[in-house]
Amino acid sequence: MQFPKGKVIAIMGGSGCGKTTLLRLIGGALKPTKGEVRIGGKVIHEMDQDALYEMRRKLGVLFQFGALFTDMSVFDNVAFQMREHTNLPEEIIHDLVMMKLHAVGLRGTHYLMPAELSGGMARRVALARTIALDPMLILYDEPFAGLDPISLTVVGQLIRKLNDALGATSVVVTHDVQESLKIVDYIYFVADGVIVAEGTPDEIRASDKPFVHQFIHGEMDGPVPFHYPSESYMQDLGVLG
Amino acid sequence: MPINKVLTAVGHRVVNTVWRIGFASRFFWEILRQSGPSFRRFGLINKEVFSSGVMSLVIILVAGMFVGMVLGLQGFETLKRYGSESALGSLVALSLVRELGPVLAGLLFASRAGSAMTAEIGLMKTTEQLAAMEMMAVSPLARVVAPRFWAGVISMPLLSALFSAMGVFGGYVVGVMMIGVDEGSFWSQMQSSVDFQHDILNGIIKSFVFGIAVTTIALFEGYDAPPTAEGVSGATTRTVVQSSLAILFLDFILTALMFRGF
Repeated sequence: MQFPKGKVIAIMGGSGCGKTTLLRLIGGALKPTKGEVRIGGKVIHEMDQDALYEMRRKLGVLFQFGALFTDMSVFDNVAFQMREHTNLPEEIIHDLVMMKLHAVGLRGTHYLMPAELSGGMARRVALARTIALDPMLILYDEPFAGLDPISLTVVGQLIRKLNDALGATSVVVTHDVQESLKIVDYIYFVADGVIVAEGTPDEIRASDKPFVHQFIHGEMDGPVPFHYPSESYMQDLGVLG
Repeated sequence: MPINKVLTAVGHRVVNTVWRIGFASRFFWEILRQSGPSFRRFGLINKEVFSSGVMSLVIILVAGMFVGMVLGLQGFETLKRYGSESALGSLVALSLVRELGPVLAGLLFASRAGSAMTAEIGLMKTTEQLAAMEMMAVSPLARVVAPRFWAGVISMPLLSALFSAMGVFGGYVVGVMMIGVDEGSFWSQMQSSVDFQHDILNGIIKSFVFGIAVTTIALFEGYDAPPTAEGVSGATTRTVVQSSLAILFLDFILTALMFRGF
């Protein structure tokens, strides 16, 4: 897989196929047993702790349910990395946080606690926190999971616009085919640990590969079987000897 | 059960226990190693002293008062048989500063603050807050765990001292105000029999050691908890059980070293 600068790339596949594991490998949270992940030419799993932390300062990760710090306000969540990694005065941090929150349309929520936000709002605040230090690579783990249609479109558009504004690279792990096809530049389909299909949204829409067809049209059965592998149904019911 | 299955189960348990002890020791070392930022930004520790120490004040003060009152009643009944009621102040004070203060304050601290620490860290892990911090190049051990550890170590001796002080007051209320022991002899006996180094300082050392034990267990259990509701609940229970046993075991060792000299 390659993630060129400035592009938004989606990784899709059935549940349990290893999409999130792939993100964890990119972020250096896991070490690969085979192969390697390179960011800016550097092999991630060969980095020591200091080098890994240095790399992560240029990385933004949006977790599936936001992972906002529940003991901090929205403002403090977005300001967290600025306070930890820079010596900026509070006045500048204030302005930067407001700009980041404005970018996701939630400047008015800066005083709220995460528990007071809806799921969609929490995801947008987490997005503001993710881009707090203008990362060069942004990883999204199921950013559309559990969102209503309006929030889903908003988050999708934000991913595209923020990536273009920052000149960053975005990797989106998702199940949401329709929303992804609207915003991404390239798509990888993963199954059983290998890439089974890849292409631009137009190529994917036109694809006649059974796996892609099943995934895009949400068909129950196909290359990804409906039934989990098991003994014969008749045998389980005791009908056959 | 076949003997090889029994041996396998025992072996598995032993290996698992040794592994956990090793992991906990390394965890403890990492907390110490990554404590620098906590002291450079003392506000982090201060905040945790409030949530683990100040928020435990009510239970510590109320429990200390009742323990002192019971000591006053029981002590008076016993001392009366030997005509030594005037020694009630000594009995109450020595019992509290040497043993009951550090031990009971430690047990209450483990139940109130230790369990809260485990649940909080466990839930932060479950909701991926620790993973998020790690991905932001901020060490959760330095930012979340170390401040809580030092807050517990600082709070524990203070809570123990307050427990003992409140207990002495409880003993005074029952012994002097309710039963009628002479107030002068109550305080003077206490003053002459309680030695700062031998009694009070040793009590402070005990509570300091209990603070280290309880917070280490609580933080380790939270950090190591499986990221599920059941995992966090099990970790919280283990914190209270293991902390309580650790306090009682350490109390025996420390008492033997301090007061018997072996």
